[in-house]
Amino acid sequence: MPDSVVFYIFAVIAVVTAALMVTRRNAWHGAVCLITTLLATAGIFLQLHAGFLFIVQIILYVSGIMVLFVFVIMCVNLNVAMQQMKFARQKWVALMVCVVLVAQLALIIWSLRKIPSQGLPVFVSVAPERVPPTTQEVAKSLFGPYLLSFEIVSVMLLVAMIGAVALTKKKM
Amino acid sequence: MHRASIPLLLYALLVTAFPVVALLVARSKRPALTVLGAKLYPHESGIPPEDGAPGKYSVRFFIFATLFVIFEVQMMFLIPWAISFRGWVAAHMAVFALIWMVISLGILFVGYTWLRRHGHCSGPE
Repeated sequence: MPDSVVFYIFAVIAVVTAALMVTRRNAWHGAVCLITTLLATAGIFLQLHAGFLFIVQIILYVSGIMVLFVFVIMCVNLNVAMQQMKFARQKWVALMVCVVLVAQLALIIWSLRKIPSQGLPVFVSVAPERVPPTTQEVAKSLFGPYLLSFEIVSVMLLVAMIGAVALTKKKM
Repeated sequence: MHRASIPLLLYALLVTAFPVVALLVARSKRPALTVLGAKLYPHESGIPPEDGAPGKYSVRFFIFATLFVIFEVQMMFLIPWAISFRGWVAAHMAVFALIWMVISLGILFVGYTWLRRHGHCSGPE
């Protein structure tokens, strides 16, 4: 089975569940649909032999970020009628953003078609044994040329940690 | 069919099954709502509720979730490090790799001790 078929399977799952996520009234159903969308996107990463991105997507997004989302859904009092009123006003802004996004995507696909040797990454099939183990490659550059950046990331996380606590304090 | 695409298809199957199974399990476990509408309101002499049952939650729950994500981001860097560690041992670079990771984790540990000291790692009072 060619890679593109696997891609389209994941793409269909992702698009359908993304549409369901937006249209569900129940916030919990939306959360479950969003998890499925993220899982399907992880599948696309896996199909592109991007193992590290797959792990990141599963561990960071599906488990980490979604825990945050579920916490918010659980703790925030969801007044359904008020939410609907709030979102109804954003309809035109959302439409504009959608049009811009679709135009961008169309531009990308159209400009790629002009270059004969390139196409969407989906259509380029590479034998799995010819793809280097990407996680090792990530580690090689992370602990090689980008070592300082890697250590600075820890400092940034420390700042984020203190910032998250400071935001909730009434006075420092 | 490529042999390599079989795990991918299995994964796709699991992904498709996830929302259905999750919602069905939740439906089978939760108590069914048998009364609807006006029946939910207090009868005659009862005081009508002014707002919903969920009250205000401590902001610490949000801090806790945010801190969890921050530590998880650090964990993401541990994965490529751990996978490549065997290769570094073979190349006699393991000590350096260990020191780099200890420095990186040490910076985060400073934050962790700060959180512990200010009591942000315990639950709300």
